Amino acid sequence: MNKFETELKIGNFVTSECSHCNRIVWPPSDYCDNCFKAVNWRKVSQIGTIIELSKKENDVFCITEFEDKIRVMGKLDAEINMAKPGQTVRLSKCLLNNKNSFFFSLEEIKEILEK
Amino acid sequence: MKKVAVVGYGNTKFTKDELPIESLLLESTKQVFDTTKNLSQDLIDGVIVSTNDNSKYLGAILSELSGIKPKISHTVEHLCSSGANAAISGFSYIASGLVDTVLVTGADKIGNPGQILEWDKSRGEFDHPIYWASMFTKAHKRQFSTTEEELAIVSAKNHKQAMDNPNAYSHKPYTISEIMNSKNVTDDLRILDCSYSCSGSSSILLTSEETAKKFTDEPIWISGIGQKTNSASFMKNELTTSSSSVISANDAYKMAKITSQKIDIAEIHDAFSVCELMAVEDLSLTEKNTSASYVRNLFNTEDRKINPRGGLIGAGHPLGATGISQIVEITQQLQNKAKKRQISNAKKGLVHNMSAAATSSTVLILES
Ligand SMILES: [Zn+2]
Repeated sequence: MNKFETELKIGNFVTSECSHCNRIVWPPSDYCDNCFKAVNWRKVSQIGTIIELSKKENDVFCITEFEDKIRVMGKLDAEINMAKPGQTVRLSKCLLNNKNSFFFSLEEIKEILEK
Repeated sequence: MKKVAVVGYGNTKFTKDELPIESLLLESTKQVFDTTKNLSQDLIDGVIVSTNDNSKYLGAILSELSGIKPKISHTVEHLCSSGANAAISGFSYIASGLVDTVLVTGADKIGNPGQILEWDKSRGEFDHPIYWASMFTKAHKRQFSTTEEELAIVSAKNHKQAMDNPNAYSHKPYTISEIMNSKNVTDDLRILDCSYSCSGSSSILLTSEETAKKFTDEPIWISGIGQKTNSASFMKNELTTSSSSVISANDAYKMAKITSQKIDIAEIHDAFSVCELMAVEDLSLTEKNTSASYVRNLFNTEDRKINPRGGLIGAGHPLGATGISQIVEITQQLQNKAKKRQISNAKKGLVHNMSAAATSSTVLILES
């Protein structure tokens, strides 16, 4: 189990990062995919952007992008017609239960309702 | 570099039966021996197996079951495009002069493990292909105003074309409205817009220019190859185009010294309806933003130019066999031997085989 998984297991979303190249290394890895130096690990921003979304039964799922680089699929706690690509979401929960799971909530819900 | 030709082939029926992988591999190999003139085991010096199956040493097992003692034998795995990539390996061994004649056999079982990429952290619990397919479809609807009907036409066309393919798992025609009203897998995906994992096997026999005439009077030449792997994880920047397909197609056209206008017939990787709409543009078979009208016109005029054997949606998708089955179809078309599926005057054909949400693609150009 790598650092990404051990942290996710306790509810932290972390990424690898290369301080030498000053870039995020994603998907998570022990070495930079540019210079092959060992990476640092740090928490990912809680705020992301919806790239695309759909719905299966009652669950809305989406691709969310964090820090212009890290894309993950997860569940969105919203009605499908309330959300669209480009919208800001907050990471509300993440966990590792055999597979990684991410949960997002709409960040600007008031603003959307007013439109 | 030596020229390489397809000079023989075999194809089992694609089914939902759970059959041993070794039996599947042997079945299409037997057909190669049954239908290729002057072929004997001692003339084959390469055996390459394409599969996602967990069984080991299948190149050696197939060789033993077929009485072949090859110089080179191994397995190729690259998820859904294992087949086309195994063909490239066979091509390369012959082109380099390392061997002269290679049997390339692909097979998978219905429950094969190649449908899920466990490694991909970006997909996590959303590991089934229906999730990326939903993202592609929703983005296509958004960008091109693609309708449910336009998506359904892809499936209606390919199911209809599969009726004339004796090896297809489905011989049932579906109307556009039946497809549109089929079960919602997600909000953006109908069950009849999806291809199915099947059990099946396909084989091709590849050989050098010097040997080709021994086996056939109609060798089909592999004149162009392109392969591009962008990533393993699903982290594409654009959801409505496959850059791996664009790049591999351009490389293949360049190697074959032709343009897309010269392509008479194409087998493309319609894992889901939206994939065919994306691919006909990515392979430059039609202009950007015209894929839906292009496919509608093929359907309305009963033109079998795209996916004559029924595609993955109509024929079924035994992962490791699919790319090889596509090559078999184009070979038959260029030899004027595709029976009811035959299109007239086909001289140049294309195979497009793709893996894991279009993270990698392979394109081959074949010529008579
Ligand atoms: Zn670095």
